[in-house]
Amino acid sequence: MSVTATPAATGALELDPQRLQADELKRLLAQMITVRHLDTSAIAWQRQGIIPGYAPMQGQEAAQVGSIAALDMTRDFVFPTYREMGAAYAAGVDMAEYMATHKATWNGGLHDPVKYRFTPIQTVIAGSALHAVGWAHGQRLDALREGREQTDLPASLIYLGDGASSQGDIHEAMNFAGVFKTPTVFFVQNNGWAISVPTEHQVAGGSVAARGAGYGLPSVAVDGNDVEAVVRAARAAVAHARSGAGAVVVEAFTYRRGPHSTSDDPGRYRSLEDERRDAGPDPIERLAERLIAADELTESEVRELWADAAAFEERTREAVAAQGPRPGAEMFEYVYQETTPVLQQQAAQWREESDHA
Amino acid sequence: MPEATMTANTGAVRTGTQELSLNKAINAALADALEENPRALVLGEDVGRLGGVFRITDGLQERFGAERVFDTPLAESGILGMSVGLAMAGYHPIPEVQFDGFTYPAVNQIVTQIARMNFRTRGALPMPITLRMPSFGGIQSPELHSESLEWLFAHVAGLKVVSPSNPHQAYHLLRHAATMPDPVVFMEPKSRYWQKGSVDFDTPGDLTGSVVAREGRHLTLVAWGAMVSRCLQVADMAAEDGVEVEVLDLRWLKPIDAEGLARSVARTRRAVVVHEAPKSAGLGAEVAQLITEHCFGTLKAPVERVTGFDVPFPSGSLENEYLPNADRILFGIQRVLEYRRG
Repeated sequence: MSVTATPAATGALELDPQRLQADELKRLLAQMITVRHLDTSAIAWQRQGIIPGYAPMQGQEAAQVGSIAALDMTRDFVFPTYREMGAAYAAGVDMAEYMATHKATWNGGLHDPVKYRFTPIQTVIAGSALHAVGWAHGQRLDALREGREQTDLPASLIYLGDGASSQGDIHEAMNFAGVFKTPTVFFVQNNGWAISVPTEHQVAGGSVAARGAGYGLPSVAVDGNDVEAVVRAARAAVAHARSGAGAVVVEAFTYRRGPHSTSDDPGRYRSLEDERRDAGPDPIERLAERLIAADELTESEVRELWADAAAFEERTREAVAAQGPRPGAEMFEYVYQETTPVLQQQAAQWREESDHA
Repeated sequence: MPEATMTANTGAVRTGTQELSLNKAINAALADALEENPRALVLGEDVGRLGGVFRITDGLQERFGAERVFDTPLAESGILGMSVGLAMAGYHPIPEVQFDGFTYPAVNQIVTQIARMNFRTRGALPMPITLRMPSFGGIQSPELHSESLEWLFAHVAGLKVVSPSNPHQAYHLLRHAATMPDPVVFMEPKSRYWQKGSVDFDTPGDLTGSVVAREGRHLTLVAWGAMVSRCLQVADMAAEDGVEVEVLDLRWLKPIDAEGLARSVARTRRAVVVHEAPKSAGLGAEVAQLITEHCFGTLKAPVERVTGFDVPFPSGSLENEYLPNADRILFGIQRVLEYRRG
């Protein structure tokens, strides 16, 4: 299998030299199969009325699982968008709690962002990028306060897409990250589409990674469907960020194989033929075939991975389906840390005038 | 980058009483907030070496170091978005937006992120951010340097909004806001920055709700920020004609002190609310409605509003035509006093 790295014009970051061992790749394959099964199932859940909506990530399994593999989840912090189910799973987030946002139980999800070091689902495109920069700057300040060297910093990883790269906040975030040298990895999943608008109509110049040079940030572009390439690029990026040298841009070229959301109809803007031509090899089949060819994996082991994935999906589905609505009082409870008399009065009136007392 | 050190705190804050201008009182509050809380940070455009365009942060970088008092690139969304991340990392950012009108590029971060993060995360990621902004008109400044943004932020769930009217309040309300675990929009009356007053550092008084700035029995003038001192002048003028005007300084614009409003108007039975922002859907409407809810039976006249007009804040040469001046407020008082039920 080829490991591709397309260096940006200047400041290209080399892939981490360490190749991945077969057992690491098998672990990543298991994660990719698990999230693929959960992702396609979540679309079915929506059709069955278990959840009202979902944003599929099919095709981006290698990019998401591979980028998380480069992190130390005991000290780094992840800032996802709304299409990072695979990243959430790989980061160890409870999936029923994560899916609570799609179940319309609680916007952002029910998972504890501090415990999992994984912020809530972000619906504002590019909304979290500056948060990742601010958090990472806080890590530098912590090191200063505690008199530690700035050479082994916790890092933030911010996910963004080709569509998000059009937002002004991405410019501000990359510029702030460059000025303050924050330990931040901008992980771009260029999946070809922002709902109906293709990358070529979105990203002038064709590469988000190439823009890193303008901010003084080293960057690397990788085949986002090649999990080993993704891991090695992300490891190099995280190592750079940790070392105190500042932020990095990684652009993983992948393909959104599914619709933007369960409400979307891709047939209105791309044909099945387009999809077959542009999607490239399936990241899961590609990795499984490689491991089988190297005698590191058998067909029956692959079948077992899919069976395990089905069992995980079933457990998750049951937990999601069992999720009832949150008590209405929580609307009032979480607005502030310290509530206000006005809000208390509204809550009291709500209790008095509704059946939810 | 500046020298990589963090200045150790002594924890010693001001005591006693001092005559200070409002800008110096805010400077003192920031210094004491930084002194008291080693995780407090001041950030914004030109707040470091320059000390801010209004010199509000003068001397703070020198005293607390360039890691705790730092200049950012010129991008308001960046300042507020970065503050979110710093709050997530356990800091208490005190960002400055250089002028009210330049908050607009940061509205996305304020409304969709800062105001909602505590709610979204069910309290796991609070947003202790104290957002300072020089506010309101009165100094003939260029376009978008004279905005009154309470109409916007008082409507946003998850924010708290406060505006001081004198140096004593400016010092204590900012100290208070800088210890609060929720986001506070702190609107500084820039036209009063140079107005002096006595600051009693040891006696903050009640920092919640409104305060009666002047007692009177015929009518309540409700105001906040820069309009409070104008209303106090108007009260002096009205007194010459035997009209005793009470001036209620609302201070907190979210949440609004409905009880304080009711207490005052229940006695005076008449109210005029004064603000600089345009009239339609301004905070005056909310104040008038709260008074109506609580005092309808005793009111002798409908609540009057004396406000800016539904026009963009005009250029400096027209600002006295736009802003509520003494004459317009006196006309408003007269309409209420002369009101007869048809």
